[in-house]
Amino acid sequence: MALKRFSVLDLLALDLKEHDSLDLHCVCGRRGLVREITIPDLNRPGLALSGFFESFAYQRVQLFGRGEVAYLNKILSEGKLDTIEQLFSFNLPCCIFTHNLYPGQAFVDLAEKTGCPVLQTGLESSEFTSRLLRVMSTVFAPKISLHGVLVEVYGLGILIMGDSGVGKSETALELIERGHRLVADDVVEISCLNGNSLIGQGANKIIGHHMEIRGLGIINITQLYGVGSIRERKEVQIVAKLEEWDANKVYDRLGTEELTMDILGVRIPRLEIPVKPGRNVPIILETAAMNERLKSMGFFSAKEFNQNVLKWIETDAARAPYYGVDDTY
Amino acid sequence: MTTKSVTIKNRAGIHARPAALIAQTANRFASEIVIEREDTRINAKSIMGIITMAASYNSVLTLCAEGSDEKEAVDALYLLFENKFEED
Repeated sequence: MALKRFSVLDLLALDLKEHDSLDLHCVCGRRGLVREITIPDLNRPGLALSGFFESFAYQRVQLFGRGEVAYLNKILSEGKLDTIEQLFSFNLPCCIFTHNLYPGQAFVDLAEKTGCPVLQTGLESSEFTSRLLRVMSTVFAPKISLHGVLVEVYGLGILIMGDSGVGKSETALELIERGHRLVADDVVEISCLNGNSLIGQGANKIIGHHMEIRGLGIINITQLYGVGSIRERKEVQIVAKLEEWDANKVYDRLGTEELTMDILGVRIPRLEIPVKPGRNVPIILETAAMNERLKSMGFFSAKEFNQNVLKWIETDAARAPYYGVDDTY
Repeated sequence: MTTKSVTIKNRAGIHARPAALIAQTANRFASEIVIEREDTRINAKSIMGIITMAASYNSVLTLCAEGSDEKEAVDALYLLFENKFEED
C-alpha cells in the first residue's frame, strides 16, 4: 500500500496521549504547514547556523535546542541574517524549538516570509527526540489493511480471516461474550514496527468497535459489552483462517506441523479451522490461544505427546525380552 | 480483472444505507470485489469496510472485481453509484 503524504499539519494533528504527546504548537509560518515530511528523522542545524551547508540534511525536521537558540541569539544580535536567509532558502519541512524557546523576531519574520512553519514544544530536546522518532517510526511503518476480525484472546492477538459469511463476526461476538476483547472488525489495519512486530488496529477510530452481525445489523460493542471488551490496538500473533468444511481436504490432526503466514515480511503462526455446524469455533480459538502461549513458554503439547509415546514404546521394547518368548539371555 | 472508476453523486456520501446496498449487491456475485479509495482497498462484500472508507460527495472510487462474473458485478455496482443509491 502506498504511503499517504505526511505533512507538518498531520504531525500537529496526531492524536497522541500522555507519554507519547509531542506537545507541539505552531508559532508562525502557518501556510507552510502543508509541507511534507519525507524522512522519519531529525537534524540539529548547528553547523548550518554557523554557515556550513555542505551535506546539510534539509529534508529532515530541524530541531533547535538550547545551544542552537543561544547561537541564534548571538548571530541575531550581531545582525548577521545572511546564514539564516540561506537556511530558509532550503525547503525545510519545519523548525521545532524545544523548551518552548522563542527564536527571536527576525527569525520569525524570515520564516513567515519563506513560508517555513516554526513549531514550539514544552519538552526538552532529548525527550522530544526520542518521542518524535518513536512517532515517526509508527507513521512511516509499512502498512497493509486486511479483511478479518482482530480479537484479543487470553492476551493473544488472533486475526480471524475467511470468506464473507463464514462466521468471523459471529465467532468474535461469542469470544467477546466470553470475556475477550475486540480490536477491529472487518477492516484491520496492520503496521509492521521494527520489522518484526505486527500491530493491528481499526481503520477508523471514530466508527471503530462496531460490528455487523447478519440478522441484527450494526451493533456497538463498547456500549453493549462495556469498555472492558474493547482494545484500541494489539499485536497480531496468530492468524486463524476459517473455512467451510471440505471433505476432500486433509486437516491437521496432530498439530506437529506448523503453518505460517507472511504479513509484511513477518511470519506468524497460521491455523486452518474448518467450520461446520456443531463445531464450536470460539472454544477452538480459546484453546488455540492457550496452546500458543504454552508453546511460547516451552511446552509444545503435540511434540511432547509424541515424545511420551516414543518413550513408552521404547520402555515396552526394553521390557519385552523379560516377558517374551525370546529369552536367550 | 475488471475495473471501473466511479464518482459519488449523492450528497450524503456513502453512509450506512448505501453501504448496505453495495454490500448486498456485491454478495450476489461469486467474484472477489474490491473498492479502492486513494491508498485503501476494502472488500465490497463487507458493510463495515465500506462505511469505514467514509467516502464523501464527489470522491472517486475504483471498483475492481476478479472472478467468473466480474463484468456483471462491476456493472451492477456501477449502476448503483450512477443511480445515487436511489437517493436525493
